[in-house]
Amino acid sequence: MWDNNLIFLLQNLVLKDFRIRYRNMSLGVTWSVANPLLMMGILTFVFTRIFANPTVKHFALFALCALVPFNFYSLASNAGSTSLLDNQTLIKRVQCPRAVFPIASVLSSSLHFLIQIALLIFLLLVFGHKVNRYWLLLPPIWGMEVVFLCGMSLMTAALDIYYRDVRYLVEASGLVMFWMVPVFYSAAMIPKRYQEFYMLNPIAAVAVAGRQVLMDATRPSASLLVQLSVVSIAVLALGFMVFRWLERDFADYL
Amino acid sequence: MAIQHSTGEAAIEVDNRERENGRATPNPADCVISFTGVSKSYIRNASRSLLRHRLTAWITRAPIERFSALRDVSFELYSGESLAVIGLNGAGKSTLLRLATGISAPDCGQVKVRGTMAALMELGAGFHPDLTGAENLVLNASLLGLSRSKTYEEFDSIVEFSGIRQFIDEPLRTYSSGMVLRLAFAVAVRVNPDILFVDEVLSVGDQGFQAKCVDEIKRLKNQGKTLVCVSHSSGILRDLCDRALWLEHGEVKMSGSMSEVLDSYERRPQPA
Repeated sequence: MWDNNLIFLLQNLVLKDFRIRYRNMSLGVTWSVANPLLMMGILTFVFTRIFANPTVKHFALFALCALVPFNFYSLASNAGSTSLLDNQTLIKRVQCPRAVFPIASVLSSSLHFLIQIALLIFLLLVFGHKVNRYWLLLPPIWGMEVVFLCGMSLMTAALDIYYRDVRYLVEASGLVMFWMVPVFYSAAMIPKRYQEFYMLNPIAAVAVAGRQVLMDATRPSASLLVQLSVVSIAVLALGFMVFRWLERDFADYL
Repeated sequence: MAIQHSTGEAAIEVDNRERENGRATPNPADCVISFTGVSKSYIRNASRSLLRHRLTAWITRAPIERFSALRDVSFELYSGESLAVIGLNGAGKSTLLRLATGISAPDCGQVKVRGTMAALMELGAGFHPDLTGAENLVLNASLLGLSRSKTYEEFDSIVEFSGIRQFIDEPLRTYSSGMVLRLAFAVAVRVNPDILFVDEVLSVGDQGFQAKCVDEIKRLKNQGKTLVCVSHSSGILRDLCDRALWLEHGEVKMSGSMSEVLDSYERRPQPA
């Protein structure tokens, strides 16, 4: 019964985030679409006109396949890390399970992720890519990124209460992630000996797997998918553990 | 004759004596809130938590400064009773409520609370100015633990009680503070809690609504709900509560029947 109530609460919090964000933006959802298109345009200009990469066909779509998961990381990790501080009046005054705040914040960022996924699929179909049966793998692949970000946000949001520097670390991690996810280069260009280590990063794994399905119409290797799932679920479990451990004194540090 | 004690232990004695003199000894199974030797301190500047501060504190080995908000507080509240917590600013009233509602944890001692609770603390905490009254209502109900079906079932009666039906689809930032209070109060009482916590909020609404709130709280009381009120003014408290706990500098100064405690509280020596 409490579980149902929790889902109701989570849903209300997600709706709240989404409504607030869009009521204060005159162009509304357009921003979710404009941002990746702009990035895609710039990257395409740089990597077809300045550092031309002849091995990649359809560079714009190639970049967008990885930009979408990267954008989600950068939006959700930032919103997630500040989610408890943003809701501090509630945490100080209402007794409800606090873990809902980081999770609601990641889920409301997921709505933007969905909008960008819709944009990506629309462009792929416009440029003549066909739907193939491996597309069925995409929801769980992208879903794992949501799982990973929930776990990460539980940790960063809880730590951010004790050390307000955490949000800046998370911000910086977005910059690192842009280079450590194969956005403008292909996974094949990464030297063999780094590959395994490289793919431990769930965002890189999501980008690579998504590109294989959408651009090459091939099935991502089982080991890649297993690795992605194991890392994401482990981070979620660790997130809950860290959160439970730190949760007790939240109200005193706000 | 007012009896004043400065330690928590002695205060319990008063409490027990009073219980023997007046009321029937309550059944221990009906105890809904019990504090046993509860102390709570806060770290000074806890919210200045930048890594830099922690590092300098660690390097200079500065002792952690703690501020003691509650010291060795013990009391028990039984089902259907109503308790007023009185005291000056900084006496520990709000800390006591935060511990009772489970928002923060005590340093030592034991806090036991049984039953569902709703807190009417700080005007519309959790309300967002950009959401409409109706959206805030639903969000707040779910924060207080109300289920989806119950929320929509009670929606109309909450709006009715708040008396602001014609503004319910306007954003909250257009509301006056009285209107926000009406909505917050309407949600909190409709959650139908076993224990209702009221913290200094009744002073905001106009006379008419204040009377309506007091009536509603009395109605809950008559249904056998437990009530904890915090205030430093005494008018409404005398009307609502039968027991009182007087806190001074984090310690229980006196505990007993409402009139007895309030009389000595009002006759306390005034600072020059």
